[in-house]
Amino acid sequence: MRYVDEFRDAGLVKGVLDEIRHIVTRPWVLMEICGGQTHSIMQSGLDQLLPREIELVHGPGCPVCVTSLELIDKALAIASQPGVIFCSFGDMLRVPGSQQDLYSIRARGGQVKVVYSPLDAVRIAQENPDKQVVFFAIGFETTAPPNVTSVIQAKALGLKNYSVLVSHVCVPPAMHAILGSPQNRVQGFLAAGHVCAVMGYWEYLPIAGKYHVPITVTGFEPLDLAQGILMTVRQLEAGIYEVQNAYTRAVSQEGNRTAQAMIFKVLQPVDRNWRGIGLIPMSGWGLRPEYADFDAEKRFDVSAIQTRENEICIAGQILQGLKKPVQCPAFGTLCTPQTPLGAPMVSSEGACNAYFRFGNLELSKKNETR
Amino acid sequence: MTNSFPTFEGAYCPVPLRHNDQIVMGHGSGGRMTSELIQRVFTPFLSSPPLLEGNDFARVSLPFEAGMKGHLSISTDSHIVSPIFFRGGDIGRLSICGTVNDVCMAGAIPLYLTAGFILEEGLPVEFIEIVVQSMQAAAQEAGVQVIAGDTKVVEKGKADGLFINTAGVGWIPEDRIIGGEQARPGDVVLISGTMGDHGIAVLAARGDLGFETGIASDVAPLNHLIHAVLAAAPHTHVLRDPTRGGLATTLNEIAVQSNAGIWLEEKTIPIQPEVRAACEMLGFDPFYIANEGKVIVIVPPDEADAALKAMCSNRYGEMAARIGTVKADPAGRVLLKTSIGGTRIMDVLAGEMLPRIC
Amino acid sequence: MCLGVPGKITAIYTSGTLQMAKIDFGGVIREACIEAVPEAKIGDWTIIHAGFALNMMSEEEAQETLDALRQLALIDEEINASEQNLPATFGG
Repeated sequence: MRYVDEFRDAGLVKGVLDEIRHIVTRPWVLMEICGGQTHSIMQSGLDQLLPREIELVHGPGCPVCVTSLELIDKALAIASQPGVIFCSFGDMLRVPGSQQDLYSIRARGGQVKVVYSPLDAVRIAQENPDKQVVFFAIGFETTAPPNVTSVIQAKALGLKNYSVLVSHVCVPPAMHAILGSPQNRVQGFLAAGHVCAVMGYWEYLPIAGKYHVPITVTGFEPLDLAQGILMTVRQLEAGIYEVQNAYTRAVSQEGNRTAQAMIFKVLQPVDRNWRGIGLIPMSGWGLRPEYADFDAEKRFDVSAIQTRENEICIAGQILQGLKKPVQCPAFGTLCTPQTPLGAPMVSSEGACNAYFRFGNLELSKKNETR
Repeated sequence: MTNSFPTFEGAYCPVPLRHNDQIVMGHGSGGRMTSELIQRVFTPFLSSPPLLEGNDFARVSLPFEAGMKGHLSISTDSHIVSPIFFRGGDIGRLSICGTVNDVCMAGAIPLYLTAGFILEEGLPVEFIEIVVQSMQAAAQEAGVQVIAGDTKVVEKGKADGLFINTAGVGWIPEDRIIGGEQARPGDVVLISGTMGDHGIAVLAARGDLGFETGIASDVAPLNHLIHAVLAAAPHTHVLRDPTRGGLATTLNEIAVQSNAGIWLEEKTIPIQPEVRAACEMLGFDPFYIANEGKVIVIVPPDEADAALKAMCSNRYGEMAARIGTVKADPAGRVLLKTSIGGTRIMDVLAGEMLPRIC
Repeated sequence: MCLGVPGKITAIYTSGTLQMAKIDFGGVIREACIEAVPEAKIGDWTIIHAGFALNMMSEEEAQETLDALRQLALIDEEINASEQNLPATFGG
């Protein structure tokens, strides 16, 4: 695949890794805050090939993992109602609520449909005028443009049977929360490339300045990630803390203004509860009053929801990079991809799931000469 | 004033409709409608001497001379694929090839199949005709006979158009010990071709995810290919087809059964560019996608080249490749050396593979 | 949040009120909404996420990045070789 294969070239990746090895003089802790990047790192085994001085921690970059338990329970309550077709990205299907998940709702006869795009959910609403179609609009800034377009399209078509359950979260407030924490260990950030493709990276300039942390906008292929790490380590070694762009083919400082205008036509900043972390003020987006008609939380009576988080799950500490999944007492025993206790084990981007499926550092280090 | 005296001129006997176009509940009653359906739709295409005898059983003989010893290989599979037609095949071809292949994985010569059909009320009869012809073609290609059959009808909504169960029996020569528990450290892992074709073809045909592709299912009977492999590599240890759960799940099963470690090289595993593209777009991993015309062959190292050559000479093995080796450790796990030189564990498929945004 | 894949626009049309395009991902074709990239033309590359074009993808920038990294790989080969006192080998 063009513009994918070239960025997986083993020789070029080795070149970047060698350069990192040549310039690094002391340990550094870097965080990537994107589930897609976590997935790519673990799938390619890149983390094992980095010099031991570089520690990569995985931040709360998986929207599936950070969607609040309350909202998951609301989603499940809506999906259980007769006459509802609940549409969702595949990622959300197995995320556990207080007592069940979308799979169990489907098994009991609820209509739950996996869609690739929210625009498919609008089409389902058009084809099923006698049903209420609800789309679970999760995501970081990356997914906001397609999600809001579905609402704009539904409004233009005059659809009365389409609504969205919104759980958008934003990266900059999360970075503030992590870097501002007294327990913070993160010294450099890899910013999520596709979030920045939409939003640009001008929002990160004050963050770098305030916390003296270099931030590199990074793509997703192994070569992109290696390059992002290299540029961050270069800054750390030189004692500078700028925002730099390693994903120039898709990202500009100002981002996609058209996409941003579309987003802010429909959404506005709101407080958001991050599962495992807690409330971060003004860290999410919700529907503007002009689009309140499309708000599934208002359309369905889901106010009396009792949430109960599993006590063993330490997702919060993992999402902030304070602990590794292997340090969780339930990891690999009570908590596995087949029997997940928390969201990071369910989502294929979640740190715990990635570690479970792709991990085992001792084994690979033993076989480095193979 | 009309003449109200009945004339009997418009009278006719209300003969029941023949229902030739679609399945109705009556077709499952076991009576005349059932036998007419079988005669008209099934028998022309899927018959064999035992079927034509019309008994409730099939009396067949096994192709060995007196004194020969061996074992039977028996397998069964139910086919519920939706949609029933897809590029490269259909549920009929799948039902024959799936069971033929399972029987062959013991190193057996496949002989006889049974076929049970569950038809949904409302199913167009034309669909059944196409499916049954497809089964006939696949059975002929494999050189097997369908010797027993059954047909039932369920109410609309109780089956997804058409379900087929096939069971198969084959003959394993006495000296052949092939199974998932036979992999040994030092063995070479071979695959007969590209991964992920069938799963992507069915997904494309389903239409839910809205993508178009030229990928065709690889569904095929593999008994002739396996026969050639066993002739070239008589000490083959393991044969298994990576169907549901894909290559990764199947190799994990073997690793656990054999209590050995399987080490793969990512860049040697053949995948069609279009399958990779579909997987990238949807967020799928091609190593977990079903195949219906591929076989994993694990052989002692001195027979690897011969086995590979035998596969490459067969129409269903042209893209065959050597993809890994068996080691003692880590027992029960599958490891992958990635294309950039890292090593990761390949676990079994946890649940359903679903398109993701992350 | 970031499964975005580069794809080439092969057709542009309107569907309802939305500007849409056929995207070729290397032999796999899917429809995507291009409302956020009004400047897009047939033959352009975009990053597609959840059936939506997030931004244009610049082929020149991609090439520049690869060229720079190729240079880096060559330099590092030489450094590695001199560290091991072995002749430098090219390609990789």
